[in-house]
Amino acid sequence: MDIRPIVAALGRHRIATSLIVLEIALACAVLCNACFLIAERLALMRIDSGIDAPSLAVVALRGCDGCVDADVNARALAAIRGLPGVQAAGVLNATPFGIRAGDAGVTLDAEGRHFGGVPHFYAFSRDAIETLGLQPSQGQGFEAADFQPIDNFLPLDAQVWITEAFAAHLWPGEPAVGREFWMGEYHFRVAGLVPHFARPNPGRSENGVAGAQWSVVVPVRDEAQSGVYALRADPLDLPRLAIAARDAVAAAVPEAVIDMDQSRPLSDLRARYFERDRAMAWLLLGVIAAMLLVTALGIVGLASFWVQQRTRQIGIRRALGATRGDILRYFQLENFLLAGLGIALGMALAYGGNLLLMRHFELPRLPLSYLPLGAALLWLLGQAAVLGPALRAAAISPAIATRSA
Amino acid sequence: MLGYYLTLALRSFRRNRVLTALMVLTLALGIGACMTTLTVFHVLSGDPIPGKSDRLFHVQLDPEPLATYVPGAEPDSQLTRFDAEALLRDRHATRQVMMTGGGGIIEAEDGAVRPFLESMRYTSADFFAMFDVPFLHGQGWTAQDDAGRGRVAVIGRTLNDKLFGGADSVGRQVRVDGTALRIVGVIDDWLPRPKFYDLNTGRFDGQEHLFLPFSTAIDLKMGTSGSSNCFGGAPTNDSRALNAPCTWIQYWVELEDPAQADAFKAYLANYSAQQKAAGRFERPANVRLRSVMDWLDHRKVVPGDVRLQLWLALGFLLVCLVNTVGLLLAKFLRRGGEIGVRRALGAARRDVFVQAIVESGTVGIAGGLLGLGLAQAGLWAVRQRPTDYAALAHLDGAMLLLTFVLALVTSIAAGLLPAWRSMQIAPALQLKSQ
Repeated sequence: MDIRPIVAALGRHRIATSLIVLEIALACAVLCNACFLIAERLALMRIDSGIDAPSLAVVALRGCDGCVDADVNARALAAIRGLPGVQAAGVLNATPFGIRAGDAGVTLDAEGRHFGGVPHFYAFSRDAIETLGLQPSQGQGFEAADFQPIDNFLPLDAQVWITEAFAAHLWPGEPAVGREFWMGEYHFRVAGLVPHFARPNPGRSENGVAGAQWSVVVPVRDEAQSGVYALRADPLDLPRLAIAARDAVAAAVPEAVIDMDQSRPLSDLRARYFERDRAMAWLLLGVIAAMLLVTALGIVGLASFWVQQRTRQIGIRRALGATRGDILRYFQLENFLLAGLGIALGMALAYGGNLLLMRHFELPRLPLSYLPLGAALLWLLGQAAVLGPALRAAAISPAIATRSA
Repeated sequence: MLGYYLTLALRSFRRNRVLTALMVLTLALGIGACMTTLTVFHVLSGDPIPGKSDRLFHVQLDPEPLATYVPGAEPDSQLTRFDAEALLRDRHATRQVMMTGGGGIIEAEDGAVRPFLESMRYTSADFFAMFDVPFLHGQGWTAQDDAGRGRVAVIGRTLNDKLFGGADSVGRQVRVDGTALRIVGVIDDWLPRPKFYDLNTGRFDGQEHLFLPFSTAIDLKMGTSGSSNCFGGAPTNDSRALNAPCTWIQYWVELEDPAQADAFKAYLANYSAQQKAAGRFERPANVRLRSVMDWLDHRKVVPGDVRLQLWLALGFLLVCLVNTVGLLLAKFLRRGGEIGVRRALGAARRDVFVQAIVESGTVGIAGGLLGLGLAQAGLWAVRQRPTDYAALAHLDGAMLLLTFVLALVTSIAAGLLPAWRSMQIAPALQLKSQ
């Protein structure tokens, strides 16, 4: 089918043509960016926290006045381990999706000149590491002597594990095991790498999604801290055990107050942590749906008007031998061309919009793969929307050509 | 004439039911989405302390080492305890306050209520007068209490209800982390949103129920909350110590006018220079003095998600607008014959134009009404969301008015092009083709 007559006809309806093109272009720009934003949120929500959340729960104590860490730990851990079904339990300073214990900036030299980034420091006892099931993929585990007392924040000189993500950030493309880094007077040596271990606030720290897995695991002695306990159990038993452990610790350490908000199964903490992102993804999906609906309605409206306006022309074409299929294809091709123009303009708008979003919301660049996706969607939408009016046009009988209006 | 045009508009709606419904729905969707996000934005970017926000200033100094200095970079948002106490002693402003967030275990005097955790604020005496805190009973403590580490506290209404059944509890005691504090005042419901004086501890929902003197909290070694930044190569065993190289205290001043603000800024620069001469500060004077609204703006208090949603909604409204233009155009041009007849019977182009605009405006009002319903539904949905600002999402009078202004402006803007096109329809030509 020749497209020249279609182009010529469109040229005579410049305003209506530009309106449809503009509408599709705007829809394309919003669509590409909204899809991209959804994908960003979904990627964050799928983060591998590095631990088996369904079989873990946390009990958190707050504000124990005049307590001795070792004594509190002994009573709390004995209470938790005494519950039938608990496989392991340990004391730690923080967990992913819980309260943050300590973010701190590190440097690659002792003098503090080469800034490395701001990881989260986890201080774990041997029991805690076993409970969480953390294992290094490279390097080695900790020796008994590596578990040290804490000097204020952490041990002053420690063997640590870091995540592969943080290693790749500090020493891109280089082996990390055996390297050293500093935080003021504190000195750390990388003993091993863990594949994944999210910080307590993945995606919401200073470095956003890129820094979601910047974690350092520092081995400390059991009595060096108290207050947060992790336990492992069969996922089927866990919901019941999480509550039982909370009550058992409350009974065993009556002088402390249980932080009810934080004392939950880890999968609960995780679900709550991402609630906001889930809501935002649904909202974006709503915007996309409403916009596609509005665009489709616009195309239906204008195309119907167009068909009505050209009723006589169509009748003449039919009288001159055009088949119903020809008329149908004419409108479909016309819409295809209009959508194509709109999409071309829309891609430029999408890209520009993304640059604006990048400037104001610290978002990464829109991957080019979203553009053909948006294009295909809008082409399909255009074809679906124009089908009704086009079928009505095709149904016009040749006899109409002989009538006067 | 307007009445006649309105009748014509309604008649034309009846004739083109589907097309009109489409236009109204499109506009309503755009306006509903826009008003939902605009309302949330409006609520979140509001002035938390109107009438005084231009007289309250947030103070920043730069005590960090020279090694990490970047010229022009923003100094830390909080002060060290040493500097905060020094500035407070100097009393260079009309009022001044140093403070931090904290928390502890509260027990009732008679042990009737089980001990529970509560968020608190450790602050100096000017806090209540400075931030216009409304008192139900009693009043704040005095500077003497600050100096003498007085065992006093001001509690919030909710806590007063919980502990004392809402009675006037001034003079009675409350146990905080095991220490008895004498209640000197009970404040009424008071929660500036956002909580501008400390953005680290819950910007929109971080209500504090108990206030006590900063010096008392330090004396009792009570736990603090919020952000703390230690720098320099000498870690201390106590980041809350007077000489610890850590910033963790919010400092605010009240100043009467811009002249006093300039003078205060000069005083801060001078203080920095003195500290540098004494060897405590290493960097050149790098101070900030921001009014409440500047401070909120600087800290980007409106969540990124909300700003993003506003942009999306505006984009969506634009799509709806273009769509309405198209539909109106289709509608008016379809009536080409009718307009031609009116023109031939003597209607001026202006009349045709005005009639078209009235018709668009009518669509706009209908769209605005429906959009208002959608916005209410949207705000209800926002209130169901798990965000700290959810409870604030309500439409106020100003936003209600704005809805209709937006609806009218949008629909008339959408009607301009179609009206102009229909005005161009020549009478003779249309009659000939009939």
